Amino acid sequence: MSNEGVIYRISGPVVTATGMKAAMYDVVRVGEEGLMGEVIELHGDKAVIQVYEDTSGIRPGEPVLNTEETLSVSLGPGLLTQIYDGIQRPLATLEEVMGVFITRGVDADAFDLERTWKFEPIVAKGDSLESGQVIGNVQETETIVHKIMVPPGMSGKVKSIESGDFNVTQTVCVLDDGSELQMMQKWPVRTPRPYRQKYAPDTPLVTGMRILDFLFPLAKGGAAGIPGPFGSGKTVTQQSLAKYSDAQLVVYIGCGERGNEMTEVLDEFPHLIDPNTGKPLMERTVMIANTSNMPVAAREASVYTGITIAEYFRDMGYDVALMADSTSRWAEAMREISSRLEEMPGEEGYPAYLSSRIAEFYERAGRVETLNGDDGSVTVIGAVSPPGGDISEPVSQGTLRIVKVFWGLDAGLARQRHFPAINWLNSYSLYPQSLDQWFRDNIAQDFPEVRTQISGLLQVEAELQEIVQLVGSDALPVDQQLTLEVARMIREFFLQQNGFHEVDAYCDIHLQYKMAKAILSFQDAAKSAMANGGQLNDVVNIPARTDLMRGRFEKGYIDTIEGMIKSMNEEIANTVEEN
Amino acid sequence: MSGKEYRTITDVKGPLVFLNKTEPVAFGEIVTLRLSNGTIKNGQVLDTSDDLVIVQVFEGTAKIDREAGVTFMGDVFKLPVSTELVGRILDGAGRPRDGGPQIVADEKADIIGAAINPYSRQSPHDFIQTGISAIDCCTTLVRGQKLPIFSASGLPHNDIALQIARQAKLKGSDEEFIVVFCAMGITAEEYNFFRSDLERTGALENAVLFVNLADDPAVERIITPRLALTAAEYLAFEKDYHVLVIYTDMTNYCDALRQIGAAREEVPGRRGYPGYMYTDLAMLYERAGIVKGKKGSITQFPILTMPGDDITHPIPDLSGYITEGQIVISRELHQQGIYPPINVLPSLSRLMGSCIGEKTTREDHKSVSDQMYAAYAQGRELRGLVAIVGEDALNERDKQLLVFSGVFEDKFLRQTRDEDRSIEETLDLCWSLMSSIDTKYLVRLDQKWIEKYHPENRE
Repeated sequence: MSNEGVIYRISGPVVTATGMKAAMYDVVRVGEEGLMGEVIELHGDKAVIQVYEDTSGIRPGEPVLNTEETLSVSLGPGLLTQIYDGIQRPLATLEEVMGVFITRGVDADAFDLERTWKFEPIVAKGDSLESGQVIGNVQETETIVHKIMVPPGMSGKVKSIESGDFNVTQTVCVLDDGSELQMMQKWPVRTPRPYRQKYAPDTPLVTGMRILDFLFPLAKGGAAGIPGPFGSGKTVTQQSLAKYSDAQLVVYIGCGERGNEMTEVLDEFPHLIDPNTGKPLMERTVMIANTSNMPVAAREASVYTGITIAEYFRDMGYDVALMADSTSRWAEAMREISSRLEEMPGEEGYPAYLSSRIAEFYERAGRVETLNGDDGSVTVIGAVSPPGGDISEPVSQGTLRIVKVFWGLDAGLARQRHFPAINWLNSYSLYPQSLDQWFRDNIAQDFPEVRTQISGLLQVEAELQEIVQLVGSDALPVDQQLTLEVARMIREFFLQQNGFHEVDAYCDIHLQYKMAKAILSFQDAAKSAMANGGQLNDVVNIPARTDLMRGRFEKGYIDTIEGMIKSMNEEIANTVEEN
Repeated sequence: MSGKEYRTITDVKGPLVFLNKTEPVAFGEIVTLRLSNGTIKNGQVLDTSDDLVIVQVFEGTAKIDREAGVTFMGDVFKLPVSTELVGRILDGAGRPRDGGPQIVADEKADIIGAAINPYSRQSPHDFIQTGISAIDCCTTLVRGQKLPIFSASGLPHNDIALQIARQAKLKGSDEEFIVVFCAMGITAEEYNFFRSDLERTGALENAVLFVNLADDPAVERIITPRLALTAAEYLAFEKDYHVLVIYTDMTNYCDALRQIGAAREEVPGRRGYPGYMYTDLAMLYERAGIVKGKKGSITQFPILTMPGDDITHPIPDLSGYITEGQIVISRELHQQGIYPPINVLPSLSRLMGSCIGEKTTREDHKSVSDQMYAAYAQGRELRGLVAIVGEDALNERDKQLLVFSGVFEDKFLRQTRDEDRSIEETLDLCWSLMSSIDTKYLVRLDQKWIEKYHPENRE
């Protein structure tokens, strides 16, 4: 059999070819137009292919050509600041070729193959190289040095190495066995890139969002799931993470989501400044945009394309954060393909292998010792869109079984315009234990204790609220009324955060700690004032507290907050004297 | 390729016809069927292989027998488009329904439509004033947005849609919208209501109607919205018009989708709807927006009725995940006699942030809208508490919020069917209603706006 066959059947994105030599996951070219597809099933001499482009108008009898390669991404200088579709075609190139509507049958290089980059070798002739070893650097953007590595599986002694300006396909290094290295390498998306070993995470991914960093921290190299019904703020949360988290690189996958929302990101990111480096955010970002009406098979591939790029930068020793919005659309793409294959369905029509695919995907997160002995991480944050907001469905459950951090978005909170609408009662993080040492060393010795107090107050509030629902708050003893007031302060002053406000959108972790201490300080001062005859109403209504709470919208709050706490405490003490 | 007639039908099932061995037929190709009594029906290829072709018949399969002749037309479904479409009424398959002549095509456009490259889109940011306070203030509509109305049977969603169609305009501009109206499985009565209203206001001259009524073939509903959107795209992106697409009722469309899925014996997803319904709906809803370098725009107003008033039903649920917000109609408010009975609490406009503020609506808009919303939400919540403990158990703040929630519904939401409030009127109304609450409880209002707009501080 040759690598050429003919189409036998077409059913939506699934095409069957006959008479072709094929192996699983081979990339094929379908029809006269050469549409890209991937072999996903073999039946005798029939190969079932999922096609990444629209199949209308294709006929049985048209040719199919097997490239005998698996679906791969191109990796090399030029990746950063790019915006790709699900199969790594740059959207800007597609616009040039096709105009504003995405048609089909167009190939596009992942990045400019002609552009030259200044390659600075760090190894010399005669050095012996191992897989993954860095042979030289390219300053790709102002903030990111792109390290050129020996592709996994290759090793040997350097026979010759060049220095100077090269494009990504020119040979920069030759090994003594004659193999040539270029700055670009390819990697099959469905295969995780190798590393030496995985470490336990010990550093938090600081996000600048108070509820996340303070109550439910995520570790660098960890995995988090954000399930929530529509309108609860998944996308806003994901975008805030992409903007403000202290990862060195961000891969953002818009998987099956809204076109206008993607455009907003594309418009906004180039103008945003990374609070951690002061440079444009886009310089550390790779985006993948496969909107809901783009071909479903490419949506299935998009998360793999994204995570492979993330792993590649991890191998250079970077901390990479990957946002996938939304993994439910990815799962639905699997369901759609599976149903076209007439596979026996599992729960809710999803294929039986759904949970293992989800697990495999999240397992590609982690903090690792790379092949060259460096330390790198991929943190994965996946949004989940459960139907009707009910997280008992298979995608949410499959995700929760594997991730260590659960940020549960709540429609009720969103309806009260409490943003981020993350429910503090049912969300969790399993990382505090491994991260507490970091918080003690870097923020404050009593950081974990302050966290426990804050979350304890929120728990007590939830219990008290049940009573309030029955008898009204005036029927509670005064000390419990104070607890409610303190908890309200936690919610409105601390947990709520305006993701669109120029100052409040990002909150330094040191400031977070100070704000939490301010709340506890209010509680202590109020308690002691009331013990000395102060009235709850007076204590609560002091102007200095309002000033303190409004202060978070002002620049330089981290410097002024101490003074504000002091005057608040004084005013509270004064309420006693007035009586 | 076309012309050759096959008589190789093996099976007919529901809306589907199965044929044996034919010439190689393209996926998505258009098919005509000639029945023994001379009737002509149309269809489209859903599955094609060397041995078997499955055709979905738009007009229903009544009277089709194994003798029927099948001709493959050699092309996918296309709509003849030209500016002549404006002012015309077509049926659900794109044929004239108003007794007028066939449309003379400038060109023929593929009705499936290609996805807009997200890179080529332009972010919507032009504020559309609908004249309805609840929408303008709380769930602001933006040109190029897709904002569905989530309603339920027996509620006045049609009135609201028509009021929006009549009143919608860009602030400070007379530019009018071309309305593309797409009816899917609605009753003749509802259709007449829409039509006569459009006629009465003269809007019909600036409208294109695609009409598939309840007694028209259900399968035809699959293509009706695609025809409407193809016409809309042509008018917006080729002819520079601003187009407002109203389609009703998405629930009937989804039911037709389920019908075909069942006939094909596909593995069903939730409540029997096909697993690909999300993708399918996205291919309609995502055909809204503005693209770089084109003057026109498409704004979509899909109407859907939530079965059993259930917002978690797959149809509203999947729609909500694709559209840029939703306007939710409330039975409770309707029963209190409030029009428009819009429940602002679950309603949302995702693009609102990009179109409100100093340059477009008014500087205090965001602040006012947040405060109105928060106060109403808290007031509504207190109603439940009052039912148990009585009003006397409330503190002063809560009492004021409780009263406010009533005023909000009575004065802010309520307006007449032809009342067209400007955004300034709406925002001033908000201030005058909020002034019933003590200023110290209005924590979401910026101090500078209180000083500038609060009735106490204005002459």
